[in-house]
Amino acid sequence: MDLADQIAQYMVSGLSTGAIYALIGIGFAIIYNSTEIINFAQGELVMLGGMFTLFFLETMKLPLPLSILLAVLATIASGVLFERLTIRPLKAPTPLSLIIITIGGSILIRGIAMLVWGKDTHALPAFSGSEPIAVGSATILPQHLWIFALTGIAIVSNKLFFQYTITGKAMRACAVNRRAAGLVGIDVRRMVLFSFAISGGLGSLAGIIVAPLTMTSYDVGIMLGLKGFCAAIIGGLSGGIGTVLGGLLLGTLESLGAGLISSGYKDAIAFVILLLILFIRPQGLFGRAQTERV
Amino acid sequence: MKYLLQAVTTLLLLFTTSLAFAASSTIKIGGLFSVTGPASFLGEPERNTAKMVVDEINAKGGIKGKKLELVVYDTQGDATKAVQAANRLIKDDKVVAIVGPSTTGESMAVIPVAEKEGVPLISCAAGSKITDPVKKWIFKTAQNDYLAVNKIYDHLNKKKISKVAIITVSDGFGSSGREQLKAYAAKHGIQIVVDDTYGPKDTDMTSQLTKIRASQAQAIICWGTNPGPAVIAKNVRQLGIKLPLFMSHGVSSNKFIELAGDAAEGIILPTGRVLVCDALPKTDKQKSSLQAFVKDCKTHYNAEGDHFGGHAWDAVMLLKGAIERGGDTPAAIRDQLEKTKLFAGIGGIFSFSATDHAGLGKDAFVLVQIKKKDFVLLK
Repeated sequence: MDLADQIAQYMVSGLSTGAIYALIGIGFAIIYNSTEIINFAQGELVMLGGMFTLFFLETMKLPLPLSILLAVLATIASGVLFERLTIRPLKAPTPLSLIIITIGGSILIRGIAMLVWGKDTHALPAFSGSEPIAVGSATILPQHLWIFALTGIAIVSNKLFFQYTITGKAMRACAVNRRAAGLVGIDVRRMVLFSFAISGGLGSLAGIIVAPLTMTSYDVGIMLGLKGFCAAIIGGLSGGIGTVLGGLLLGTLESLGAGLISSGYKDAIAFVILLLILFIRPQGLFGRAQTERV
Repeated sequence: MKYLLQAVTTLLLLFTTSLAFAASSTIKIGGLFSVTGPASFLGEPERNTAKMVVDEINAKGGIKGKKLELVVYDTQGDATKAVQAANRLIKDDKVVAIVGPSTTGESMAVIPVAEKEGVPLISCAAGSKITDPVKKWIFKTAQNDYLAVNKIYDHLNKKKISKVAIITVSDGFGSSGREQLKAYAAKHGIQIVVDDTYGPKDTDMTSQLTKIRASQAQAIICWGTNPGPAVIAKNVRQLGIKLPLFMSHGVSSNKFIELAGDAAEGIILPTGRVLVCDALPKTDKQKSSLQAFVKDCKTHYNAEGDHFGGHAWDAVMLLKGAIERGGDTPAAIRDQLEKTKLFAGIGGIFSFSATDHAGLGKDAFVLVQIKKKDFVLLK
């Protein structure tokens, strides 16, 4: 097997991991855009998606599609609850205190998950079998197709929502200027709540579709959350295509790096990229520099 | 309010005095297990098993009329916490012997404490450096890594496989396994053509395996603990790699089969006898110990008795034997531990001596293959 075939495999593996990073990254971006908070509990929402599915599937003995649906709803509810209990009660919110709250919240959610579901790793069944499919000289699993398809659908519907619905437009307005949005009659607090709901949904979806491949446990959220954060930063925290490209780029680089250089540097690659972007192009790889208008 | 306070304090007083009375007729042993944290898969079954054995011994009247009391501290897999807890056990709780810690790193950190205070310690960790060189007060029950490595290499020799790829996890367990795999390869005429690692939290190892697929390797040896190896088993299946896949004893529990699912089929690994205890011949010296252990785990915790809990079972039973023969002072226990001969435990048949505080031979491991979601003894 020659190098070209190897690289093909690295690319395919990288793109599928990248799609997950993108999905998580968009969750970060949506909340950032409506609240200017980096929600470090985003990874925990990803974890909750997988664990709730497992709960409905194995403890409640429900069929897989129903379990997934319920898990997404339960995670959305968790996201909303998180916002109501931690973000909203704050009297004088500053971005820093909000960010620290999300970190505290993530530790709390992880702790509760550990107590409720234990420390074991759990496997979800693949959605449709595990017979490998050949793509050129590379092979992928049916689950990868689910990842690509569901990520695609999630991103497109997300885009449509923000572009064409009145609520989506209102949320974008909040992102541009909260005060002005409030003045024209947009309920800013409700929009913030929505942003947590949407990113909870996207996060849980990511957690559910990777679980058959990577398995899930109470602490998967930390790494996935950080990688998603990297993707969002590469994309300049845009809720759209920037973050998607950021995720795919990150996944591919990781996979190529692990294959061609050394697997020991896999995580280092992600974080070196993160630092470089923050130093050199804080507006993201694809964004234009922002100018503050006074 | 006043009465309530009085009642509470009286109760407390009664409680403490009764404890003090009880103390005179009990033998205190300490347990250091990483019940939470990254090594909880070791510490939790170890603590549960230790408690179970102690209860069991007490239910049968204790040792020479004295009850055992187990004081357990959670080290959370942290060497600093382990040292603090060891000091507490020795100085505050005044234990006569310590079982644990669960990991090699913690054990190495605790050794100086036990050595200085002169308290026998039976580690439940696998690293061979714990008892090599021999330290006066330190023993261990977990099988040395190199025994597992040699078991796999012997099998490879038999199958005339000489080129292998190794993929090890980048934590204490994996790097120790990697060292041993490399150290013993030449002796068995085995060449390591790919030497790769993965992170304990990694979720996709196709990159490393693609590299292995492109190499000359005739077999893959993976050294890690759940969940990594299950991901690797799935990735191997995904990439259509047909090479025989070997795992370490680190995944020798049913949890691995549950996680890896169909991808576990055909995997070969070295393990203690506990997983296949019913399939063992009647002549096997460990069989009765093993079956008792498995049955106890079932009745106490409704759990499968595993390999890791077995380390604590062995440690407590070794202590029991030593106390029965000698006495319940630290020095007497140590001397008697060293004289233990042919104790058929869970991990193997232990024979300690002044020059060997690990006490196990190569036969402590058997090779098993996963067939139809179960471990089958490989002849």
